[in-house]
Amino acid sequence: MTSSSTQARPAAEFPGRSVPSLQRPPAPGVLFACRTFAWRTLIKLKYVQDHLGTAVVFPVILTLVFTYLLGGAIAGTPGNYLQFFLPGVIVLSLVASSMMSALTLNRDIATGMFDRVRSTPIWQPAVLVGTMGGDVLRYALTSVVPLALGLLLGFRPDGGFAGVVLALLYLQLFTFSVSWLWMFFAVLIPQPTAAAGVVNLLQFILLFGSNILAPSQTMPGWLEAVVKLNPVTHAATTTRGLMHGDLSGGDLTAGLLACAALIVVFATPTALLYNRKQR
Amino acid sequence: MTGNPALAIETHELVKVYGETRALDGLDLTVRTGTIHGVLGPNGAGKTTAMKILATLLQPTSGNAQVFGHDVVREASAVRRRIGLTGQTMALDEDMTGLQNLILAGRLQGLRHRPATARAEQLLEAFELTEVGNRLVKTYSGGQKRRIDVAASMVVTHELLFLDEPTTGLDPRSRSEVWQMIRVLVQDGGTILLTTQYLDEADQMADDLTLIDHGRVVARGTPAELKTSRADGVLEVLLTDPSRRAEAGTLLARAIGAGVDADSDPSRLLVKIPDADQAARALGELARAGISVEDFTLGQPSLDTVFLALTGHSTLDDTREEEAEVRA
Repeated sequence: MTSSSTQARPAAEFPGRSVPSLQRPPAPGVLFACRTFAWRTLIKLKYVQDHLGTAVVFPVILTLVFTYLLGGAIAGTPGNYLQFFLPGVIVLSLVASSMMSALTLNRDIATGMFDRVRSTPIWQPAVLVGTMGGDVLRYALTSVVPLALGLLLGFRPDGGFAGVVLALLYLQLFTFSVSWLWMFFAVLIPQPTAAAGVVNLLQFILLFGSNILAPSQTMPGWLEAVVKLNPVTHAATTTRGLMHGDLSGGDLTAGLLACAALIVVFATPTALLYNRKQR
Repeated sequence: MTGNPALAIETHELVKVYGETRALDGLDLTVRTGTIHGVLGPNGAGKTTAMKILATLLQPTSGNAQVFGHDVVREASAVRRRIGLTGQTMALDEDMTGLQNLILAGRLQGLRHRPATARAEQLLEAFELTEVGNRLVKTYSGGQKRRIDVAASMVVTHELLFLDEPTTGLDPRSRSEVWQMIRVLVQDGGTILLTTQYLDEADQMADDLTLIDHGRVVARGTPAELKTSRADGVLEVLLTDPSRRAEAGTLLARAIGAGVDADSDPSRLLVKIPDADQAARALGELARAGISVEDFTLGQPSLDTVFLALTGHSTLDDTREEEAEVRA
């Protein structure tokens, strides 16, 4: 730190001395930008135990606990309960899993990552769109694990193979829709711990204030009314109906409307808030 | 408005208002292409705000700013094609490895996956991080994180690189490493805008300096020019007994009417004086009052003393309006 070091500019060993210059390539295209963020989402799956835990371990534990510990009391036998509960546990795992990317975005905003990305010439919405694209694979994994376990334990979907596939496709749509809810809070709340707190609390309310664990008809009238307002309820009903092949047209419409409502209500404000971060 | 090709940055009357706070209050900044330009000022002076506007991350309330002749608001994408940014908080994903972070940085600039990977490995090697390249960044030491962060800003060669307080919070060894890296960055003719609150950093690194305070320019020039431009010298007095510093300060202020400022070192006093005679008088006053002096220096003012002379306060212990910048 003495003045002599100013003169002796090229010191013998400094890190970075041997970095040759590299011309900047042309600005990346929209697709490449999206794939970059999808890639980031997927490699994190491998490293972050949270992600893997939510995708694999959590649904397994839930299925076992609810089916064997409580299932007999709720539905007479664990086997009966499993027929009701398994489609719900897939919804539950997916909703829990859908928070992850929002929390990553929230951390990016809190650190310098957001600024660095914004100062590059990439197509900016790739941050949201690409990340959600990468999530599709994660969601597929999240839904297949409890399904396989359920089949092993005696879950017998009356809707057959086609019904199950349709239900899984519907769930991709629903999870994409509900992830906008988390994205909204991720962009709204600047502090990562506060954002995680709100998102976790909301998730808890959405999951337990639904018909995932027990049919809403068994609840007091006021609670049944509240539960019927919850989009998770409609997603669970639609999933169940598709898997068991007894979905009514009205329930399917409600299930699709729940997705549309989540996107309409949360995607636009999220995009606006995200852009406003610039002003 | 056509830009001057010799200028990398040109701003006119740049203003940024947050609620009641004027973070920038008519900033005029010019940066010559191919230089390291230091923007020096205390916390809350508006350094980060200015840099964020220039890097297209914030919009000014009024005034205009050009980067290589492109307006930062209307031609933001043209600006983004020519700049790189290393912010005050590190742009790293701690749940990814160092290698993956560098690949991500390369892909964000448009490198395909394979060239991005090759470049990332090259950078890890150059920054002596190859051994930890496959470990998660959250396991890195502070110095390693900063090195990866600076390396990420070198994935492609930027014509203009913004470095926002790159050495804040680093130990002296890591600091001098970062300084050396910054010098490498300009070897290829790039331009660097460096904000700092450390005077020695500005003195050592910058070809040109702009001193700002309260969102305005208070002085500009080369470090040498700034140091000689002030006729006023500053007498630095090191007292034997730090507990008598307040007393000594009051005495000198009364006896010679000089501006006196306390330093972060509890036994050091900075006294603004017009000439050597006054310095002799000041020391005489101290001797008469029985305050013993361990050491004193008089002469060419350091940037610290220039800043003190220009703004009436030192760059160090000042955290005014910092929240306003944090909110940005």
